[in-house]
Amino acid sequence: MGDDIKVDKTIDIRGQVCPYTFVRSKLAIEKMNVGEVLEIILDHKAAVENVPKSMENEGQKVLKIDQTGEKEWHIVVRKDREKTKK
Amino acid sequence: MEFTEDQILRYSRHIILPEVGGDGQEKLLNAKVVLVGAGGLGSPVGYYLAAAGVGTIGVIDNDRVEMSNLQRQIAHNTKRLGVLKADSAKETYETLNHDVTVVTHKERLTSVNIKDIIKDYDIVVDGSDNFPTRYLVNDACVMLKKTLISAAVFRFEGQLMSIYPGDGPCYRCLFEVPPPAGMVPSCQEAGILGAVTGVVGTLQATEVVKAILGIGVPLKGKLLLWNALDMSFRTVKVPRNRECPVCGEHPTIKELIDYEQFCSMSH
Repeated sequence: MGDDIKVDKTIDIRGQVCPYTFVRSKLAIEKMNVGEVLEIILDHKAAVENVPKSMENEGQKVLKIDQTGEKEWHIVVRKDREKTKK
Repeated sequence: MEFTEDQILRYSRHIILPEVGGDGQEKLLNAKVVLVGAGGLGSPVGYYLAAAGVGTIGVIDNDRVEMSNLQRQIAHNTKRLGVLKADSAKETYETLNHDVTVVTHKERLTSVNIKDIIKDYDIVVDGSDNFPTRYLVNDACVMLKKTLISAAVFRFEGQLMSIYPGDGPCYRCLFEVPPPAGMVPSCQEAGILGAVTGVVGTLQATEVVKAILGIGVPLKGKLLLWNALDMSFRTVKVPRNRECPVCGEHPTIKELIDYEQFCSMSH
């Protein structure tokens, strides 16, 4: 990824489709600490909109979305909230 | 915990919910719930708890599957006629979900055995069909401080109440003593619309899952009454009774009571 964002964990979920793209991203970020950054590599186009939207709904911060190939995207999310609202 | 690939798929619709997530699913997998009765209510409760991945489900029942049960008791089927209901329910729930262990208790609950049976579970679900058991379960749950999700059905109606001993009323706060024998219809085989047990049992399962996850507002201090014929739900406030003989300030019931079975129909 480079740039100035330090990534703490990367998950490669190429081949996964909705809703499992979000399910796997959510499971990954649940295990991280607040302030840590998760990078998600995926190739399912619909998830490029859905995963960031769902992450923000749960109170996490989407730092950036990069298209890195014809069918490959990197989504970078910072964990801002521990447990989502009840 | 690390979920297996199968678990991620199986529980994905739970995990997606903000109120559940992976950690909520883990709570469900670690939960221990015991069902009093694997009949009309217990069947759907156990079905949904098994589907939800509640890791340990106890089933207390010493009856065998009869033809007349199959109109509503969906844990059983025609091939299992004559089989103990606890064994039949175990087969159904564990086949649905291998993450679930069903512990069978093939005995009738009494003042002697109830505490030993329920003590290792987090939540007790009462789907019994008679008053002696209903009062016995209430009193034991109060004494052991076990969360009790209590429900009953009759004809086209159902009622539901969640009991958190020490924090809200118990069943005796609502009805202090069992009704006199003459007031009780032939309870075990009274008429009941099959789907009514499904609705009320599913409401009960929902309260169990909420309690495990610690989400929403429990049906505590409230009695839910549902009538299928006019499709009306009513919620009645139930205050805690300070004079309650079992959970009041000066309890008079300190030992469990085996009320006599006053059902007029033999079983």
